Amino acid sequence: MKLVNEAIPKLDSGALTGGKGVYTDDIAPADCLVVKVLRSPHAHARIREIKKTAASKVPGVVVVLTWEDVPKIRYTLAGQSYPEPSPYDRYILEQTVRYVGDPVAIVAGVDEACVDKAMRILKVDYEVLEPVLDFEHALDNPVQVHQEEDYFNNFDIGGDPARNLVASGCEGEGDVEAELEKCDVVLDRTYYTKANAQAMMETFRTYTYLDYNGRLTMVTSTQVPFHCRRTIARALDLPKTAVRVIKPRIGGGFGAKQTLVSELFPALVTLRTGRPAKIVYTRAESFQASNSRHQMRVRVRVGAMKDGTVRAIDMHALSNAGAYGEHASTTVGLVGHKSIPLYAKAKAFRFSWDVVYTNTMAAGAFRGYGATQGCFALESAINELAMELGLNPAQLRLQNIPQPGETMPAYYNEPLSSSKLEECIRTGMKLIGWEEKYPRVQVSDHKVRGLGMSITMQGSGISALDTATATIKLNDDGYYTLMIGATDMGTGCDTILAQMAAETLDCPLERITVDGVDTDHSPFDTGSYASSTTYVTGNAVVKACTQLREAITAQGAIRLGIPAEQAEFDGEQVFDCAEPSRSTTLSQLAQALVVGEGTQWLTATASHCSPTSPPPLMAGFAEVEVDLETGEAKVTDYVGVVDCGTVVNKNLARVQAEGGIAQGIGMALYEDIQYDSRGQMLNHSFMQYKIPCRTDLPQIRVDFEESHEPSGPFGAKSIGEVVINTPAPAVAQAIYNATGVRVRSLPITPEQILLGGEKH
Amino acid sequence: MKVTIILNGTPYTREVAGDLMLLDFVRSCGCLSVKRGCDTSNCGLCTVWVEGTPVLSCSYPAVRADGKRVTTLEGVQEEAEAFGACMAQQGAEQCGYCSPGFIMTVLAMARELTDPTEEEIAHYLAGNLCRCTGYVSQMRAIQAWLKERRREEQA
Repeated sequence: MKLVNEAIPKLDSGALTGGKGVYTDDIAPADCLVVKVLRSPHAHARIREIKKTAASKVPGVVVVLTWEDVPKIRYTLAGQSYPEPSPYDRYILEQTVRYVGDPVAIVAGVDEACVDKAMRILKVDYEVLEPVLDFEHALDNPVQVHQEEDYFNNFDIGGDPARNLVASGCEGEGDVEAELEKCDVVLDRTYYTKANAQAMMETFRTYTYLDYNGRLTMVTSTQVPFHCRRTIARALDLPKTAVRVIKPRIGGGFGAKQTLVSELFPALVTLRTGRPAKIVYTRAESFQASNSRHQMRVRVRVGAMKDGTVRAIDMHALSNAGAYGEHASTTVGLVGHKSIPLYAKAKAFRFSWDVVYTNTMAAGAFRGYGATQGCFALESAINELAMELGLNPAQLRLQNIPQPGETMPAYYNEPLSSSKLEECIRTGMKLIGWEEKYPRVQVSDHKVRGLGMSITMQGSGISALDTATATIKLNDDGYYTLMIGATDMGTGCDTILAQMAAETLDCPLERITVDGVDTDHSPFDTGSYASSTTYVTGNAVVKACTQLREAITAQGAIRLGIPAEQAEFDGEQVFDCAEPSRSTTLSQLAQALVVGEGTQWLTATASHCSPTSPPPLMAGFAEVEVDLETGEAKVTDYVGVVDCGTVVNKNLARVQAEGGIAQGIGMALYEDIQYDSRGQMLNHSFMQYKIPCRTDLPQIRVDFEESHEPSGPFGAKSIGEVVINTPAPAVAQAIYNATGVRVRSLPITPEQILLGGEKH
Repeated sequence: MKVTIILNGTPYTREVAGDLMLLDFVRSCGCLSVKRGCDTSNCGLCTVWVEGTPVLSCSYPAVRADGKRVTTLEGVQEEAEAFGACMAQQGAEQCGYCSPGFIMTVLAMARELTDPTEEEIAHYLAGNLCRCTGYVSQMRAIQAWLKERRREEQA
């Protein structure tokens, strides 16, 4: 391979490091109306009346919209394939508000000052209702979050809004209770993870305008342009043909932009006024009125034999959806689906779940998508099991993990088609110095360093659902345009997909231009989420480019007057295999194909949808230094060894892993969205909600153990999400090894360490 | 009130409100590299130089910059090019949204500190947040660039 598996700079790196204006707000027209949203100060209330006459008369204000002015159509903001598994439980504006931050009115005007003034004088009369804030008491609570009659599910997800239940379910194999009976040791432990903010640097933003034909055009910072188009059309009661969505460069997403947070407000304003409109979320709004990781309580019962063989696993997850059900039933699924299969010797497993509504901000997608919470719970339980049995936790993993080719009953009975997890564990042990440093090293009279580890898996796209299409065009002077619907949000997918195209077409990267995404022009793609882009879109790119290669060869053969089988294309020219000096160059051929007789402009389009979702795998090792006097814990070394199949781009894969580990360390030690007793978010700024800064983080060391995934493009799987999972359980275990304190509730704070854990 | 700000060498005279921040002033003059990432002066995305010193333009009133020289990434394209290339070599820009503010702080650091240690670098840049990279690739880019500069200086 010439281009795949190399460390190639991102195609857009010049623009990004040069500070070019390439993001949504940079390219918005200057005459956009400024759109802002007045939000509920109450966690649960019913609006009696909104007096908007005075606000509407503020000079410069163009429109003020309230619940009376919007379509009464239920929809979900979750950017998922239709029919979405998320309940249709939203209106754009509604008479009932369900969390502090729920939209109450949309105000648009010619500048920020007049809109701010109108927002200040809008008079809203609320009937304040009792909220339900504690997710452990939400089920069957007398306070019901969703009472609307037109609440709607596309299909049964085990929900019952009368019980505040968004979704529930149970699955498994074998007789868990009987197997637990036979175990030498059974642990029953409960773990808590918090709501975390994705906190991408570019907040939510969108601008809209009507094109010359009156179609609604939207430029938005989204991960899901095609789902966005469909949902906008539904929520605004427009035909799908009336909406066009364009994605420019994106300043990060991490899942947050798989929910349509900001899109509907300017769209509605543009439709009402005919004028371009723009909304840019403040950081506080981005924290308070968007979506987060689902807060969860996960109970794990795990049984094992004395030798460390895990025999049965029983997990129950209670997940907090917040006020709306986006991604609720699907995130919780990954809690079990992406953790239990790693213990392949288990004779029985059961995984059950309940997802509940509360009057807090809706949760959504955040890198890891439930697998992260499941990994913290089960991997922590496995670490505790190793302690209980007096076994080395790394050894215990090596004993239990599935081998390549083995069927995983807890992973839809898919076989593990590629795995170097064992090598990941062994390499990680070497790099961190496991033999020398485990379990702890005293570094001074009050500072101790402990080691901990964890393993994890994710998927590569949603099997039998995620669909990607790629189109490749041969242009008239022999260069190519690759058109994709996958959304580069900073990850570099435009670059890695171009690498795959160039590899397949045997040409330098410079000969490929990448275009995406505009729903009017780009081929359909479900979007960039669920670790799908490298694997699913990558396969579509390889297929399309292979087809184009064949078409180029066939057309070359016609020009050379030989049968196609006798012709070969080497990337530069098509030649006669029988007489290699007879040839036509690609640029000659490309030119001839677009001018004059016998023209045939060559393009190829291919789609891909995979029946399986091969898991990328990873082992993570943490060294944490704890100050026994203050309880302060600092990660001093982190090693992550990843099997993502073939590494398509060595730089970009490494940075994905480093960045994911950093976010995972944030989740382990700092990040926790908190509410007061009335449901007001307490930490809606970077001053209060801490994400790791560069002095908080250790040297993060990443290595790859590349397996070859037979169904992947060039043997690749995925990298984007698997990398966030290991830090929480590894750090928790390292802290235990340093201090003897077991903390089962994230984030692990100095207070918890000093007080001996057990607080959530 | 009326201010004249020398932005990247060109004087801009404008009537501005007292509460207009330098960030919005420079963006209105077309310097789109400067981004707003928070409301609380925590993220460093909006870093520009006033008289050569890095400041957070989101909380620096435009009127305070009256008569002063303000520099954004647009004004130091040549100086930033080599470091930008080092970032690209490491994949350290990722989404790129924090890159301009980060680059402005790195360039200021290089003018201020001679042969900084990794710890000094991390402390100098602690106010520049990044959610994509985990900062490790950024450190590799800085080290590679500083090494390149030292080599050039010696040559």
